[in-house]
Amino acid sequence: MRTQQQTVDEILDLAAAQFKVPRESLSPEDDFFKKLGIDSLQALSLLTRLEQHFNVELPDYELQGVSDFRTLAERIQARL
Amino acid sequence: MTSFSGKAISWELKDGVLELALHREPCNELGTESLAEFEQLVAALPSLEQHAHALIIYSRLNSGFSAGADLRETYHRTQNLDRAAAAASIRESLERTHHVMNTLDATPLTTIAAVHGITFGGGLELALTCDIIIADKTARFCFPELRLGLIPGFGGIPRLKRDLGNAVVRDLLLTGRSFNVTKAQQIGLVSQVVAEGQALRVARATAAQMAKFDRRTAAAAKKFIKPIPYDELRREIEIFCDLFTHPAVNQGLKKFVESTDALPYLP
Repeated sequence: MRTQQQTVDEILDLAAAQFKVPRESLSPEDDFFKKLGIDSLQALSLLTRLEQHFNVELPDYELQGVSDFRTLAERIQARL
Repeated sequence: MTSFSGKAISWELKDGVLELALHREPCNELGTESLAEFEQLVAALPSLEQHAHALIIYSRLNSGFSAGADLRETYHRTQNLDRAAAAASIRESLERTHHVMNTLDATPLTTIAAVHGITFGGGLELALTCDIIIADKTARFCFPELRLGLIPGFGGIPRLKRDLGNAVVRDLLLTGRSFNVTKAQQIGLVSQVVAEGQALRVARATAAQMAKFDRRTAAAAKKFIKPIPYDELRREIEIFCDLFTHPAVNQGLKKFVESTDALPYLP
């Protein structure tokens, strides 16, 4: 079972790789829309990759209002 | 006409396979222009069917297969009309769209949707007209219409009911949630899942396999196993037009069109 910190780290790794930003520039409290400069379509693309990586199904309505990596990790952790 | 190059779609008939490409930025929103070009395809289809055994529908855009109906155009076209006139305008475009979708659904060609990325609303409804959906791992599906106070209007519910279990249909429609390709294959929507960027290649390989089969037999089999739910499709138009006159829909469309939110696709 992953710890929440591991989940956060893996999310940051995936986000950095997908949107080609330096991993060290991302932190758990970042607003991922602003930090990654992504729109809603790209956010859904990230969601798809996260679901596949963690092997979970995460309805997008659970992410409404969620914009930071740490809270995103909590939502994913709740389904692991 | 064995090829066509339009602003929203293009097609080409080659080696017995008709390839229909969607390429209207930003994500193949289906509006007036797309509809007119689809109607040209439908008009040409009887002739094309004489020389083809398969039809592949795919998107040339990285963003995805299609984000569905062009809601901005719908809003601007109807916002200054009274309710009756707005409903009449919507009915006219729905009737035309259903004619296109029903023709694609019923064509004797074996049809394959090669999808990736966003496959939402009307885009998913277009894919549902196809006999087989091949999706790459980036594909994401959704019927978001209830979030706007509507139901899918391009034949989505009757075709989903035809192809999937009712409990699944209720989940997808009543939650309006988006789902990935793993879920799509689990529920029977997608027949093959392929690596990113491989959907069209696999669709072509599948179409090449179908070239080995007798056309009349394949067409007869399709007609036998894939009924067109015409009565329910008619009812869908009636329900959609009735719902469209409700003030909540105009408010929902206005919110969508004017949104500066980062999540306009999740209203």
